[in-house]
Amino acid sequence: MLEIFQYKFMWRAILASVFGGASCGIVGVWVILLGIPFVGVAMSHAAFAGAIVGLLFGFNPLASAIIFCLISSLFIGPMAEKADFSFNTSVGIIFSFTLGIAFMGLGLIKGPKTEALNYIWGSILTISDGDCILLLAIFACLSLFLVCFYKEIRAVLFNCEIARASGMPEKFIFYSLLLLCAMTVSLNLNTIGGLLIFSLIIAPPSAAYQLTYNLKMMFLLSALFGVASCLAGLFFSYLFNVPCGAVIITCASLIFVVCLVFSPKRKVKLYEQA
Amino acid sequence: MSAVVKIRDVSVSYRENVALKGANLDIEEGSFLCVIGPNGAGKTTLLTVINGLGKIIKGNVKVLGMVLNKRNIFAIRRNIGYVPQKQDIDPRFPITVREVVDIGRHCRIGLLRRMNEADREIVESAMKVVGISELAARPIGHLSGGEQQKVAIARALAQEPKIMLLDEPTSNLDPKARCEIMELINKVYWERRLTIVFVTHLLGHVSDRCRQAVLMKRGRIVWQGNINKALNRKLLADLYECPVEALERDMPLAIN
Ligand SMILES: Nc1ncnc2c1ncn2[C@@H]1O[C@H](COP(=O)(O)OP(=O)(O)OP(=O)(O)O)[C@@H](O)[C@H]1O
Ligand SMILES: [Mg+2]
Repeated sequence: MLEIFQYKFMWRAILASVFGGASCGIVGVWVILLGIPFVGVAMSHAAFAGAIVGLLFGFNPLASAIIFCLISSLFIGPMAEKADFSFNTSVGIIFSFTLGIAFMGLGLIKGPKTEALNYIWGSILTISDGDCILLLAIFACLSLFLVCFYKEIRAVLFNCEIARASGMPEKFIFYSLLLLCAMTVSLNLNTIGGLLIFSLIIAPPSAAYQLTYNLKMMFLLSALFGVASCLAGLFFSYLFNVPCGAVIITCASLIFVVCLVFSPKRKVKLYEQA
Repeated sequence: MSAVVKIRDVSVSYRENVALKGANLDIEEGSFLCVIGPNGAGKTTLLTVINGLGKIIKGNVKVLGMVLNKRNIFAIRRNIGYVPQKQDIDPRFPITVREVVDIGRHCRIGLLRRMNEADREIVESAMKVVGISELAARPIGHLSGGEQQKVAIARALAQEPKIMLLDEPTSNLDPKARCEIMELINKVYWERRLTIVFVTHLLGHVSDRCRQAVLMKRGRIVWQGNINKALNRKLLADLYECPVEALERDMPLAIN
């Protein structure tokens, strides 16, 4: 059993799980509390499309994934502000547009499409040292941003209008949140995969939310659940030789169900204790 | 006395319809101004002109001696306590009452700074003035509408603003809560020497501290002057386009 720790690729996978899981957990709290969970879907597909386009034209797929993802996040916000429709509609438009590009690209790639398909499922066991360092870097950026601007972030998440009316730089905070979210999604593309990363963004914060009324606690628990899902997924996929991303998502969902069942928020006090 | 707010020929538009047309208004320092008018008259829009939330397409605004522009806007907003008409508060948001009131303080102390002891005291005293100290640790979503209204006022007070903009703070409250909030506003006005702009369409909700009134209709300021002259049958019947009897049934005491 313990022989898995001898392999270097296993250590890389473990580090990727820790940093990637924690980043997704933090970003997830943002998008859930902003009420825009589907921004995760749109971004992961933009990143996926970017990676495919990169493969097709021979650029670095990761770099082009990041660029696509950042561009999409820069479209989503202003689109919702200018035009007269909701944020989720503009997210939906970006989502379908990038999905179209991705499939077009897939169709144009000649020969076997294994590498392209890797970006759908992800392959945490084959990542490089560089990938690991990037994951660490984005996690560090996220944490730093969260700690430095915690009070502003909380105000913006709570109510954008109040934050704006009381003179906080809410635009700066909001767009930083979106851009960091985009970076996180695109960097986790080849570990968890474009199709599955969405659930890793939604499930841990939702689970954390069941357990607490405290925002700091929610960030902490969500990051922990993210890490736990990734590590458990890694472990089980090694044991039973099944695709890692799928097991990660299953674990995340299981954690959510457990938290839902045991949520103290669902208990109703029948009698007021004097 | 000097004007803390100077609005000159300002028009505001939301896409296709113009919500405020060529408004001119001076608000004296330390005054209690009441903005009265029917639904859709542009009262909320007038308030958003003062704190720069509205989209001004014409005219200019000076607040606290600063021209309202991109550079000054943060400084101006920090000095204005705003209690919006409808607060879209997500009842499930994990934040306590005290943390909401903290937001008023956070904007004053600026980026990358933490609240110190003095700031915490200001927050506690704001909650005490409003009478929500016992609710401090409750999640905001677990409060009633009136209690949330008080939280919004406490948040604005924690800002230690020079101007308070209150957008119909009493319209959704029961008579008891309404009296409490009115008294609270009077007290705050008296103790802190603020400038208050108070919006309402219910004449019974006008505070007795109020001296000036602005009457609005269809995006225009149609009348301004002393509140006692404003609460006049003919003027109000014209403003609301309804018979005097109907007005009296609604608010028998207020009108003369
Ligand atoms: N977001 C918006 N988009 C488009 N039009 C708007 C918007 N907000 C207000 N309006 C329009 O602007 C006009 C003035 O609105 P405003 O909210 O200032 O009225 P009000 O006097 O505050 O009314 P109420 O008493 O109902 O609060 C209305 O005719 C309204 O239709
Ligand atoms: Mg209004």
